Amino acid sequence: MKDTTTKNSNLSDIGANYTEKYGFHDPEEYFHKGARGLNHEIVEMISQMKKEPDWMRDFRHKALDIFFSKPMPTWGNTEILRAIDFENIFYYIKPMAERGRSWDDVPENIKNTFDRLGVPEAEKKFLAGISAQYESEVVYHSMKKELTDQGIIFLDMDSGLREFPEIVKKYFATIIPPADNKFAALNSAVWSGGSFIYVPPGINVTFPLQAYFRINAENMGQFERTLIIADKGSRVHYIEGCTAPVYSSDSLHSAVVELIALDDAYIRYTTIQNWSKNILNLVTKRAKAMKNSTVEWVDGNLGSKLTMKYPCVYLMGEGAKGEILSIAFAGEDQHQDAGAKVIHVAPNTSSRITSKSISRSTGRASYRGLVKVLPGAVNSKVSVECDALLIDGASRSDTYPTMEINNQKVRVEHEARVSKVAEEQIFYLTSRGLSEDEARLLIINGFIEPFTKELPMEYAVELNRLIELEMEDSVG
Amino acid sequence: MNSNIIFSAKNIHVEVAGKEVVRGISLEIPRGEKHALMGPNGSGKSSLANALAGHPEYAITSGEAYLDGKNLLEMSATERALAGLFLGFQYPMAIPGVTVMNFLRSVIKAKYGPDSEKLKTFRKDLKEKFKILEIDSSFATRYVNDGFSGGEKKRLEILQMSVLEPTMAILDETDSGLDIDALKIVADGINRFADKNGGLLLVTHYQRLLNYVKPDRVHVLMNGKLVRSEGPELALQLEDKGYDWLGTKVVAQAGV
Repeated sequence: MKDTTTKNSNLSDIGANYTEKYGFHDPEEYFHKGARGLNHEIVEMISQMKKEPDWMRDFRHKALDIFFSKPMPTWGNTEILRAIDFENIFYYIKPMAERGRSWDDVPENIKNTFDRLGVPEAEKKFLAGISAQYESEVVYHSMKKELTDQGIIFLDMDSGLREFPEIVKKYFATIIPPADNKFAALNSAVWSGGSFIYVPPGINVTFPLQAYFRINAENMGQFERTLIIADKGSRVHYIEGCTAPVYSSDSLHSAVVELIALDDAYIRYTTIQNWSKNILNLVTKRAKAMKNSTVEWVDGNLGSKLTMKYPCVYLMGEGAKGEILSIAFAGEDQHQDAGAKVIHVAPNTSSRITSKSISRSTGRASYRGLVKVLPGAVNSKVSVECDALLIDGASRSDTYPTMEINNQKVRVEHEARVSKVAEEQIFYLTSRGLSEDEARLLIINGFIEPFTKELPMEYAVELNRLIELEMEDSVG
Repeated sequence: MNSNIIFSAKNIHVEVAGKEVVRGISLEIPRGEKHALMGPNGSGKSSLANALAGHPEYAITSGEAYLDGKNLLEMSATERALAGLFLGFQYPMAIPGVTVMNFLRSVIKAKYGPDSEKLKTFRKDLKEKFKILEIDSSFATRYVNDGFSGGEKKRLEILQMSVLEPTMAILDETDSGLDIDALKIVADGINRFADKNGGLLLVTHYQRLLNYVKPDRVHVLMNGKLVRSEGPELALQLEDKGYDWLGTKVVAQAGV
């Protein structure tokens, strides 16, 4: 049985907090740091530095025009969105001239940073491949040789574009076009880094592939772009993690992630988002699931000042399945506006959304969901379950579920609950010798157990530990 | 202080939501003795039990209580537990998502420390205890009291008691919800604990459990006050006659 209880028995024993553990930053010794501000010159510069084909350069410039022409979303946290100063952000920082093939190629500072974050250790222990992005570029990348031999492609997105232009051109931005939303347009204009994965037909990638995203500079904008294609009958699990230093002013992380599961394929995409509380995390994630394929988003949001993210699955082929399992932890002054979207296009498709949110102190967790069943998607099944746990009086939880069911032959289940940590539960646990903090933590760990049990062991332990750190702030 | 007394309470008053429900109770339990606290519904038995364990909604407004010479009322619920007090709940709480295994491990860690020998031998010890209490091993991976039958909940309480090895256990209606087989197993567990020289206070409405766990003394609580403290034969009398005959007599007798 796996033990996912937290490692420390006493909250007050824990010396570490985010600032020490993740919130440190390195001196800026970069190969190239572009100027602040957003314009066609910076877009041109990025494309030139990357020596991109014309189609990509044009794509970027068009996307920038779309970005300028699009209004801000009128939902989520409009106050924070309105306050973003796009002219104050660094859009492109290249930390080193060439990315490393071994950790020894990576500059000392950056290598130490990833060491402290446990990335090389995870690589050794249980990953099939890893990519480490620092600011705008992937600084280290590796994949086990067996995987290369099987024809599996796992590259940073820029290398993907250089080495496999046909595949990239075929799928890139087909699921999330630049005009989808303002931040997708922004990413399309200035994207850099991210992962490109292609799994050939019938291949099962037995160990996870992982990417780690690190922002270092203040007022940085990180815009990675990820594209995963699982060809017919293949299987792959991709994990991403992210952290950033603590600064007094905001940075922006705005990724675009596109997944395609071809017939009978399986993709699981796991995220443990642990940005520092000065990061605005505005991400668009969407998947297309073809016939009898399965796409699962396992999405954990702990960090950031504001997250707006709604992983989506389009169930395009008959028998396709989509699952979105998410947790959001909103601590002091955090707003997690997270959720899920599923569009049932084909018959006999099924979807399940499980959303768990925890808010404490002045934290605010919102679930925003859309399930749409089109007229042709007969005999489809939909299940939505939203659970919110409030830890104390000031915290807030909102639910905005939307369902559009356009045919009669659909089975829909929907449940939503808001609960508080019950005093009786706390007393029960304290009467066994746990402190009140330990009691709350145990209750919270139990609450998110449906999520943690889906994570690889190492991540489940890490997640529980992160929540412990979050809760520690409340004890102060 | 008489070191032979494991637990003592002196003139305890308890208020719940501003209402006095326990009105001056004194008790002494010598080491190794089993006492029964009986009384009709609403007499204040559970309130006393909860208050002694430190439930925040059961305020002890005056009185004293000592566990093995330590002043209980100066301690939080956590500290009381760590000092060796155990409350077996009448209605154990469900903790969804937390397996019995992880729960007990946390409890052991809290009590004995993260590097303790007990934690190292935890799995093995637990297996043995499961066997003794005739608990199926699948219990370990189920969530604490979540979807448990009444009998399963009570078995888990006794299991926790045997894991925590308290010096003093207050068992609140541990017999309710048990069929006869389960009652015997639970009673065995209680006796095994009591043999270890701890103190035991069995809070119960009925005589039933006392057929299997022989009390050294029986206290009767009515309307927030102790009206009788006698030998085990009192329980049998109560079984025959109910509580009413005491009620009338007591008011006159006990007018403190």
